Amino acid sequence: MDLTATYLGLQLRNPLIASPSPLSRTVAGVRRLTEAGVGAVVLPSLFEEDILEAERREGMLLDQGADVFPEALSYFPETAAPASSPEAYLRLIERAARAVEVPVLASLNAANAEGWAGLARAMGEAGAAAIELNFYQLPADPEVTSADVEDRLLEALQAARAAARVPVAVKLVPYFSSLGEMATRLDRAGADGLILFNRWLQPEIDFETGRALPGIGLSVPMDGRLPRVWIALLRGRVRASLAGSSGVESAQDLVRYLLAGADAVMTTSALLRHGPDHARSLLEGLQGWMAGHGLERMQDFRARAATPGRPAELRSTYVEALRLANSQDRGPW
Amino acid sequence: MRAIVDGNEGAVSAAYRLNEVCCIYPITPASPMAELADEWSSRRRPNVYGSVPAVVEMQSEGGAAGALHGALQGGAMATTFTASQGLLLMIPDLYKIAGELTSTVIHVAARAIAGQALSIFGDHSDVMAARQTGFALLSSSSVQEAHDLAAVAELATLRARVPFIHFFDGFRTSHELNTVELLSDDDLRQLVPLELILEHRGRALSPEHPVIRGTSHNPDVAFQAREASSPFLARTPQLVQDAMDQLAELSGRSYHLVEYTGHPEAELVLIAMGSGAQTAEETVKALVARGERLGVVTVHLYRPFPEAQLLRAVPETATRVAVLDRTKEPGSQGEPLFLDVSAALAEAHTRGHRSNLPLVVGCRYGLASKEFTPGMVQGVFNELRSPAPRRRLTVGIRDDVSHSSVDYDPNFQVEPSGTSRALFYGLGSDGTVGANKNTIKILGTEGGLHAQGYFVYDSKKSGSQTVSHLRFGTEPIRAPYLIREAGFVGCHQPSLLERVDVLATAAQGATFLLNTPYPAAEIWDQLPRPVQEQILGKQINFWVIDAGAIARDLGLGGRVNTVLQACYFAISGVLEREVAVARIKEAVEKSYGRRGSKTVRANLRAVDAALERLERVAVPNSITSDRQLFFPVPESAPRFVREVTARLMAGQGDLVPVGALPPDGTWPTGTAVYEKPRVSELVASWDPDLCIQCGNCSFVCPHSVIRSKFYPAARLAQAPSGFKSRTLNAKGLPETAYTLQVYPEDCTGCALCFEACPVTDPGDPARRAINLEEISPILERERKSISFFESLPVPERSRVDFGTVRGAQFLEPLFEFSGACAGCGETPYLKLLTQLFGDRLVVANATGCSSIYGGNLPTTPWTTDAKGRGPAWSNSLFEDNAEFGLGLRLAADRQLELARRRLLELGPQLGQELVQEVLSAPQRTESQFAAQRERVGLLRQRLAQVQGPAALDLGSVLDHLIRRSVWIVGGDGWAYDIGFGGLDHVLAGGRNVNILVLDTEVYSNTGGQMSKATPLGAVAKFAAAGKTAEKKDLALQAIAYGNVYVARVAMGADPEQTLRAFREAEAYDGTSLIIAYSHCIAHGIDMQKGLDQQYRAVASGYWPLLRYDPVVRREGGNPFLLDSPRPRLPLAEYTGREIRYTSLARTDPEEAERLARLGAEAVARRWATYEEMASRPAAAFAADARRSS
Repeated sequence: MDLTATYLGLQLRNPLIASPSPLSRTVAGVRRLTEAGVGAVVLPSLFEEDILEAERREGMLLDQGADVFPEALSYFPETAAPASSPEAYLRLIERAARAVEVPVLASLNAANAEGWAGLARAMGEAGAAAIELNFYQLPADPEVTSADVEDRLLEALQAARAAARVPVAVKLVPYFSSLGEMATRLDRAGADGLILFNRWLQPEIDFETGRALPGIGLSVPMDGRLPRVWIALLRGRVRASLAGSSGVESAQDLVRYLLAGADAVMTTSALLRHGPDHARSLLEGLQGWMAGHGLERMQDFRARAATPGRPAELRSTYVEALRLANSQDRGPW
Repeated sequence: MRAIVDGNEGAVSAAYRLNEVCCIYPITPASPMAELADEWSSRRRPNVYGSVPAVVEMQSEGGAAGALHGALQGGAMATTFTASQGLLLMIPDLYKIAGELTSTVIHVAARAIAGQALSIFGDHSDVMAARQTGFALLSSSSVQEAHDLAAVAELATLRARVPFIHFFDGFRTSHELNTVELLSDDDLRQLVPLELILEHRGRALSPEHPVIRGTSHNPDVAFQAREASSPFLARTPQLVQDAMDQLAELSGRSYHLVEYTGHPEAELVLIAMGSGAQTAEETVKALVARGERLGVVTVHLYRPFPEAQLLRAVPETATRVAVLDRTKEPGSQGEPLFLDVSAALAEAHTRGHRSNLPLVVGCRYGLASKEFTPGMVQGVFNELRSPAPRRRLTVGIRDDVSHSSVDYDPNFQVEPSGTSRALFYGLGSDGTVGANKNTIKILGTEGGLHAQGYFVYDSKKSGSQTVSHLRFGTEPIRAPYLIREAGFVGCHQPSLLERVDVLATAAQGATFLLNTPYPAAEIWDQLPRPVQEQILGKQINFWVIDAGAIARDLGLGGRVNTVLQACYFAISGVLEREVAVARIKEAVEKSYGRRGSKTVRANLRAVDAALERLERVAVPNSITSDRQLFFPVPESAPRFVREVTARLMAGQGDLVPVGALPPDGTWPTGTAVYEKPRVSELVASWDPDLCIQCGNCSFVCPHSVIRSKFYPAARLAQAPSGFKSRTLNAKGLPETAYTLQVYPEDCTGCALCFEACPVTDPGDPARRAINLEEISPILERERKSISFFESLPVPERSRVDFGTVRGAQFLEPLFEFSGACAGCGETPYLKLLTQLFGDRLVVANATGCSSIYGGNLPTTPWTTDAKGRGPAWSNSLFEDNAEFGLGLRLAADRQLELARRRLLELGPQLGQELVQEVLSAPQRTESQFAAQRERVGLLRQRLAQVQGPAALDLGSVLDHLIRRSVWIVGGDGWAYDIGFGGLDHVLAGGRNVNILVLDTEVYSNTGGQMSKATPLGAVAKFAAAGKTAEKKDLALQAIAYGNVYVARVAMGADPEQTLRAFREAEAYDGTSLIIAYSHCIAHGIDMQKGLDQQYRAVASGYWPLLRYDPVVRREGGNPFLLDSPRPRLPLAEYTGREIRYTSLARTDPEEAERLARLGAEAVARRWATYEEMASRPAAAFAADARRSS
C-alpha cells in the first residue's frame, strides 16, 4: 500500500503531519513523533515579538545583581545566555532536521516584514524543509479594516517568499469575508501551501476571580468540518498545496480530510491527548480503511468529495441541513 | 597583544595556558581566576601545548591543595588560585609540595586574614603566613606584572624545582583594569620549553619505575634530609632572574628581583612590595625631579630572600630606610620584610661588606586595602627626615592609641598632567560599572591611549552604591590608588547627591554631569547647598540629562548606564564625538549581543537619545539652597552610633581614629535601623480595608519592614492623622486594634509581600491588601505613623499563638533591615528564628551571604528587644562553623551545670524552694520562660546579699538557667562542601544544637559557583555545561544517625510547616537540622516570584517537605513525616522558570534535554524512596542510642 504524498513539493512517506505543539519542542520529541510514523513534523511556532521580549527579560535576569557587590560581580558563567532566542530556535531546526529522516518544517509568526523575511530565510538555512507562516494576529483595533489585515498577510507572505529558499505555506484563520478570494490572492502571491485552519485561542473568564484565563483548548472532531468545506471548495482552484488542520481525532477524520482534497493532514490535539504513538493508530486506521475499500494509493481517493467551483451545492446542502433539523422537531432556527 | 584586563585575568591568562590541571575553589578576590579558567576549559580552549586543562572544583582550598599535590605527584603541570583563608587552608600541603621539591605556581590575590573581623580586601597577611613553607614568593606590583611574573614564575619553578606563590594585591591589582601587553602562545611556548615539562613529568610517581615518597623519618636522618634541599633554594634567585631576562628578550619588558628607583645617591630610601611599591616609585620619581635625594626599592622576589640583590639595590649613601609591610604581625619585633631587610643590612655591615648601617624603621600600610597614596609616601619620608624617626610606624590611619601613625598631606599629587581622571557615582543596579568597563575598553584600545579603571562598591547587596575611578592618558597609568582630583564627575543617581559629597574630588574647572529629572533651566534650585557652593567655587561646567526617563521610555528600567556613558563621551572630549558614538555602539553590540536584539536596539537608541537631550546648565551666580547633605543618623542614636557608625555610613570611615574602634571586634548590635537607605521608589503599603490580618506578608518580608501589633483601641486617640488601624480580627480580645506598619525607607520594593497576600480586591483584581506605591507621597505620613507605632506596646509573647503564621506575625523580629538582595530567600528564615527564640538566641554563622548581610559594617541587622535582649551573633570561619557552634553549646552546657551545682550549694542562703523551682522548671512555652526569667531575677536579687566565691561564681553563670538556644547557621557552600566534615561530626554528636542550612544551591556570596547542593542539570559557575551529579541528600544522611531531628522546609510552599519545623527543632533535646529552600538571584529568577518558585519546587516534587522526629520513633511511631502532597506539577513547570536550568538549552540543547530527563527521573526516584520511608515502621529507622539525661 502506498501512502506517500506530496505536500509543498516535498515527498512525504504519508500525509499525516504533526503540527506545532509542545511535543515537537525538543529533538527527542521530534524523534518520537517520527518513530510513531508521521510523514513530517512542524516545530512549535516562533513568535518573534514574544521570543525577543523573553530574550530581553532572561538577559536581565542573567545580569541581575551584576557589578553590585565586590565579591560577586556576576552570578552566571560568561557563556550562559537566554534560552529564549531566535538563535535557539534555529539550533532546534538544525538538530531536529539532522536527527530524523522526515521533513521538519518551521512555523513563524513575525512582527514585521523584516522579521518575516529575515527569520524565514534563516529557518530555511538552518534546515527547515519548508516554512509555515502562522499569521496569528487578532485584529483587535476597530480602526483596522479587513483590507489592512489582508494586505498585511500578503506582505508577510511576499517578504517571506522572497527571502526563503524553501517552500512557504500560510496557515489561515477562517475569518475572512471572502476566504476563497483571500486564498486565491495568496496563491497568486506565491504561497506554496495553505493550511486550513488555525484556531483562535479564545480566553475564558474565571467567574470566581474575574481574571481572564488563557484559552488553550484541544480541538474536537467537530472542528474538522469547516476546514474540510473550504478544502473541498479550494481544491482545483489554487495551485498551492492544501493541508487540513483541526479535529483529527481518529482515522475517520483523517480519511475525511483526504476525501475533501487535502494533500496533507495535520494533527496536534489527538497526539497531545493520547500521546505521540496515536499517530501510528491513525495511520493504521487509514490503511485499514483503504484496504477495506480496495484502495492502493492516495490518488485513488483523494479529493473524491471535493466540490471545486460548485458553491451552489454548498448553499443547497446548508438549506437541506436546516430543513432536516427543523423536521426533527427541534423548533424553528 | 594589547588588551584591557585586570590583574586576575592577567595572571590566569598565563597560568591557564601553561598548565594542565587547575584545582579550584571560590574565594574573594581570587575567584575570577578560577572562573575564567573554568570557562576557558568548558569552551575547550587549549593551553600552549595543545591540551585543554582540566579544571576541578574542590570542596575547600584544603581539598584544592590536596588535589594539586596529587596532580603534581602524578606529573601534571598543575596550579591553583586562592587568597586569604584559602591559602591558610593550603599550608599543610604547601609544606609537602615544597618539601618534595615539586614545581608548581599558586597564584594568590593577596588578601587580609580574618582576625578581629573578616575583610575581603587586599594586604599581604595571607602570603606572609605562607612564607615559611619553603615556597618561593614572587610579588607583582601591577596588572602587567601580574601577567608577566605569572609566566616568569612558571618557568622558574620548573628550573628551580622550588614551588612558587605568585601574588599581587587583592582588589587593587586583582580587580584593577589596565592596559597591558599580553604574551602570545608562541611567547609562552618559547619561554617555558617542553623539555622542562618533560623533566617535571619524569619525576612523577609511576608503577613502571616506582619510588616511595612521603615516608616517615626518624631522628637519625630527618634533620639532614631537611637540609638537603637547601641548594635548590640557594640557586632559585638566580634562576628567577634568568627567567626575567628571558621574558625581557621576548617582550622588551625588563624585571629584576629587586628594583631600585630614585636618586643614585639617595639618603632616604623606602622598601616595599606590591602595588604600594609602584605608588612609591612614582612619588619618588616626582620628588627626585624636584631635587630630593630619595629612592625606593621594590622587592619582587621575597622568598628565597634575595639578600645580595637587596644589598646592591640600597644605595651606600642611604642613611635612613623605611621598610613598608602590608601586613601586621602582632607581638613581633617587626613585620617580616622589615626584619629581613634589617637582618640583611646588619649582617652585611657587621661582616664588613657594607660600610654604613642605615637606620631602619618598619612601617605598616595599606592593611585591608587601605589607600596608599603619594601623600603617604611623602609622609613616611618626612618621618625619616625627622631628628629621631620612630622605630615602628603606620601610615594611612590616625593611631591615637599607640601613636604610631605618620602625618601626611592627603592632597599631595604626582600624577602626570596628561592624565584624564573621571569619577562616576552610581548604584550597583544602574549598570554604571559595566558601562565604565566598556569605556575603558574603548579608550584603552583606541588611538594608543592607556586606561585604568577601578571600582569601589559598598557592602550592601540591595541599593548598593558604586564609585568608578577611570584614568586615561598617553603614558602607562601607574597610579594604584583612588582618584583624589577629577576633571570629570558623573552622578548617575539624583538621590546620591543628597547623601554623598560627590564634588569633593572635583578639580577646579571640572565638568559635572548629573542625571536628574529636572531640566537645565530648573535644576539649580533643586541642588543641596554644598553642591551649589562647589559648582560656583570650583567654576564647574555643569550638564544635566534625564537619563532615568530615557531609560524608562526605552524599556531599560533603571539601567541608565548607556545614556550616561554617551553623555560622558559627548562632553569630556576624550574622543572625537563621531568616533566615540561609533565605538559606544560597537561596545553596545558586543556587550548586549548575548542578551538579545531587543536589548541591543534599546541601548543603541539610548545613545542617540542621550546626545539629543543632554543640556548644559547656565549656572547662576548665587547660592539659593539652604539644604545640607543628609546626615545619616538621628541625634537620639547612641553615642557610638553617632560618633563612629555614622561616619562609616557617610563614607568617612577612613578618618575614624584607632581609639574610636573596639580593639577586639566587639560591636553593638541593632545598627541597621539607622541606615534608612530608601532604595526603592515603590514600597509596600497596607490596605486595612482589604486585609484579613493573616500575617503572610510580614512572615515572608525579607527585610522585616512589615510589622504587626495589636493594642488597646483607646491608644488610637493619640494616633497621628493617617495612621492606619482596624479592629483586631480575633475572638476574646475586645476593644483591641490591629495595625500593620510598613517601614518605607527600609523597604526594597521586592514585592514578596504582594505575592504572599491571599486577598484580592473584588473591584480591582490587580490590588491586594498590600500593594506597592510610590514612596514620596506617603513618606512623611508613614514616618509619623512609625513613630507612633513604635510607642505602642509590643504584644506580650505569652499572649501570642506561636503555632500559626497569623500568631507569629506579632512576635518582634530581632533581625531587621539587612542589606541582603531585594527579595532575598534566606532572610525570612533568619527573621523567623529571631521572632521565635531571639531573646535567648546564640548564632554561630558561617561565612557567606548570611555573614555579610548579617555582619558587614557599617551597620548590622541583628538587634535587641525593648529589654535589651536579643541574638548574640558571631562568625568564626567558613569551614569551622558547625564546630564553632558546638563549642558554644559545650560552654553553655558546662556553665549551666556549674550554675545548677552552685545553686544547690547555695540553696540554704537563696531559699530551697526557689532553687528547686528554678532547677525543675520546664522551659518550653513562652509563659514558662517568662516565669523562669522572673525566678532568675529573684535569685539575682537574693544572690546580691550572699558573700563568697561560690556566690560570685554563680552570679557569672546565672543567665544560663534560662534555656539557651544555640543555632548554627550557614549556606550550602558551608554545609555541603567546606564545612561538611564538621557538620557531619556535629550531627553525629547528639548535642543540643540547631543547624539551619540556608540552601541556595550555589555559593551565592562569591557569585554563584556550584556546590554539592547544586541540582543536576543546573548551570552554575564551575558547572557552565550543567551539573552532572545529583544534589547531595543531606536530609537522608542526617536521618541515618537516628538521633537527629531533620526538616526540609520551603516557606513559600508551606509557611506553617516551616514554623512547625523551627519550633520542633528548637524544642528537640538533641541535634536538629533544618534545610531551608532559599530562592536566590543566582537562580536567574524574577525575585518577586521567589515564593512562587518555592511552591513550584515543592509541588513538582523537587523539594519534598519532610520532618524526621526521633521523639516520634521513641514513642513507637514512624518518625519520617512527608509533609508534601504527591507531585502535582511537571518538573518543567518549576525548572522552566529559572535561567539556571533553561540557559543550557541555548548553549547545549542535547545535554539540556538529557539532564532534564535525568533530573525528572531523580525526582521521581527520590519521591518513591520518601514515600516508602513514610510508611515504614518505627523499628526500620535507627534508634536514638543516647542515654536519656
